[in-house]
Amino acid sequence: MSELQGMFGASGSGDTSGFGGLVRSTPNVGSSQRPYGSYFDEVADELERAYPEFSDAIEKAVVDRGELTLHIKREKLFETAMKLRDTQSLRFEICLGVSGVHYPEDKNRELHAVYPLLSMTHNRRIRLEVSAPDSDPHIPSLVEVWAGNNWHERETWDMFGIIFDGHPGLTRILMPDDWPGHPQRKDYPLGGIPVEYKGATVPAPSERRSY
Amino acid sequence: MTTRDSYASATDTTEGRVYSVTGGDWDALVTEIGQTKEERVVVNMGPQHPSTHGVLRLVLELEGETITEVRTGIGYLHTGIEKNAEYRNWTQGVTFVTRMDYLAPIFNETAYCLSLEKLLGITNDIPERASQIRVLMMELNRISSHMVALGTGALELGALSPMIFAFREREKVLDVFEMISGLRMNMAYVRPGGVAQDLPKGAIAKIRETVKELRHNFKDTEKLLVGNTIWMMRTQGIGYLDLAGCTTLGITGPVLRSTGMPWDLRKTEPYCGYENYDFDVITTDTCDVYGRFLIRLQELEQSLRIIEQACDKLEKSEGQPVMVADKKIAWPSQLSVGSDGLGNSLEHIREIMGTSMESLIHHFKLVTEGFRVPAGQAYAAVESPRGETGVHLVSDGGTRPYRVHFREPSFNNLQATSAMAEGGMIADIIGAVASIDPVMGGVDR
Repeated sequence: MSELQGMFGASGSGDTSGFGGLVRSTPNVGSSQRPYGSYFDEVADELERAYPEFSDAIEKAVVDRGELTLHIKREKLFETAMKLRDTQSLRFEICLGVSGVHYPEDKNRELHAVYPLLSMTHNRRIRLEVSAPDSDPHIPSLVEVWAGNNWHERETWDMFGIIFDGHPGLTRILMPDDWPGHPQRKDYPLGGIPVEYKGATVPAPSERRSY
Repeated sequence: MTTRDSYASATDTTEGRVYSVTGGDWDALVTEIGQTKEERVVVNMGPQHPSTHGVLRLVLELEGETITEVRTGIGYLHTGIEKNAEYRNWTQGVTFVTRMDYLAPIFNETAYCLSLEKLLGITNDIPERASQIRVLMMELNRISSHMVALGTGALELGALSPMIFAFREREKVLDVFEMISGLRMNMAYVRPGGVAQDLPKGAIAKIRETVKELRHNFKDTEKLLVGNTIWMMRTQGIGYLDLAGCTTLGITGPVLRSTGMPWDLRKTEPYCGYENYDFDVITTDTCDVYGRFLIRLQELEQSLRIIEQACDKLEKSEGQPVMVADKKIAWPSQLSVGSDGLGNSLEHIREIMGTSMESLIHHFKLVTEGFRVPAGQAYAAVESPRGETGVHLVSDGGTRPYRVHFREPSFNNLQATSAMAEGGMIADIIGAVASIDPVMGGVDR
C-alpha cells in the first residue's frame, strides 16, 4: 500500500492542489560504467583481484553524488564483506551499521539493507546494498565480520522485519518485545490522532493534505 | 525462613529458587539468600537509576560484587523520529532530528543538512559565512555537551562539585545559543542551504567574552579531578577497550581516541571548511575511563581555539549571505527573534502581505509544499562529541524524505558496555557507561 488515502481521495487528476494524496514512487538510479572516478576504480580492482567470484556477487555498481554503492547478491554478502575487511589493500575495518529501506514498488526486491563502510587505513568510504523479497526476508548477518552490527541488525529487524540469518540473538531492540508489525515499513501506518485547535481540527500528519 | 516477605517473594523455577526484589526490607532478603549455597544474583539496574546516564536498563549478573554478564536494555525513549520525518517536508526534518541527541542538537542538524545538501548537489554552493557559523555553533555545542559528559560522569561516580562547575559553564554556552538562535536547546538553527538567521549584533563580542570566561573556569573542573586520588582510583584502568575492540564494534569518538588512534572526521574528512582551522586531535593511549576523561577535558581547549578562529573569520565575512542563493531551496525569509520568540522577520511579512503577490505565492509554496529533492541516496557524517554521527537519506524525488536514518554514535557505542564491564566490579560499570557518554535520546531516537 504505497498510496496513502488521507482525507482527500482523488488521484490521477494531475492537479497540483495537493488534493491528490501522498503517492510514493521508487527512486530508480541506473548503474554506472567504468571508470567510476575518484578511488572507486581502485577499490573495485582490488576487490576483483582479492575475490575472483566478485563478478558473480555483484548486481550493479552505482556512482552517484560522489559515493560508490555496490549492490551485492545476498548469498554472496558474507564473503564480499570478509574480503573487504581482510584484504590489505582494502581494509574496511568499520561498518557504520545497517539502514533498512522498504521499496514496496520494487517487486521481489522490496526490502533493502544498506551498509556504509569505512576504511580508516586508506580513508575511504563505500556502501554495500543488499535486497531481499518481502516473501523471503532473509539476509545473512554480518555480526561475525563486524561485531558492532549486532544492534544495528536488531534495529533493522525491529523496524523492517528483515531476518538476519546467523545473528546471535535477533530480538526487538527499540520496540517492546510483543509489538505487532515492523513500524518503518511503508505499509505500516504512521497513526496519530487529529488535534483540535481553537475549535478547528488539524488531522494527523499522515492524513494531511500533501503534494 | 518462615515469614513471607511481600517485597521479596521467592519462586521455584527450573534454574532454582529465584528471589524477585522490588523494594522493602533488604535485611530480610539477605537473611533468606544467606541460606542458599549459590550466590548468583541478577540485578536490574535502571531504567530509572540515577547513575545509568538516562533511561538505560542494565541487567547485571553478579558473582558477589563481580559482574559476570551485562545485558543492555534500551528503547525506553523511542519516539519514532525517523518514521515521523517521512511525513513532513525536508526542511521540517531539521526540527525533528535536532531532538535525537538532545545534548548535541547542532550536530544532528548539521549532519542532516550536509547529507541533504549532497542529495541536492549544492554542497559547494553553501555560503562561506554559513559554514563558519555552523563551525562556530558546533564547537560551542561540543563544549556544552562535553560539560554534561564530564559533570554527570563525575556525579555518577560520587563527585558532586564538578557537576556544579560543569553546569555553570554549560549555562554560559546556552546563553550564547539563546542569543544567536532564540533557543537554548533543539534550535533547528542549521537549515538546508545555510542557517536560519545571521548572527545578531554584538554576538561576536559576547562569544569572545564567553571564551575568555570559559578558558578561565575550565581550570576549576580540571583542578577538582586531575590528580585527585579518589578520581584516579575510580577511573584508571577501568572500562578497558583497545583499538581492535573499538574497530570491530564500530566505536568512534573519544572512546576510539583513548586507544591512541587519532581519528577525527574534522581532520580526516573535513566538512564545513574545517581544513581551514588550526587545532589538534587529542589522544591518549590508556584505553580506560581516565583517558577518555582527559580527552574530553582537553578537547574543550581545542574547541575554544576553533571558536576564536571562527570569530576572526566571521568578522571578516560580515554582511555576506548565510543562505544558499538558489531561491527554489532557500527558506524565503530570514528569521528574527521578536518579543514572542523566533519568527518571520517583520520586514518579510510586510513584503509578502503588502507589496508582492509573487513573493507571497513563493513563500506559500516553499513553506507548505517544500522543495523537491532529486531521487537517490546519500550519506554524510560529522564528528559529534560522541563520535561519528552519520545520516543516510533516501529521496524518491518528492518533497518529503523517503527514508531518514541516523547512525547515532551513542546507539553504536553503547554496545561496548559488556566488553568494558564484564569481569569488573559492579561499581565500575557506572564509570564505564559514563565514559561512553550515551545520550538516550540519540540511542533510542
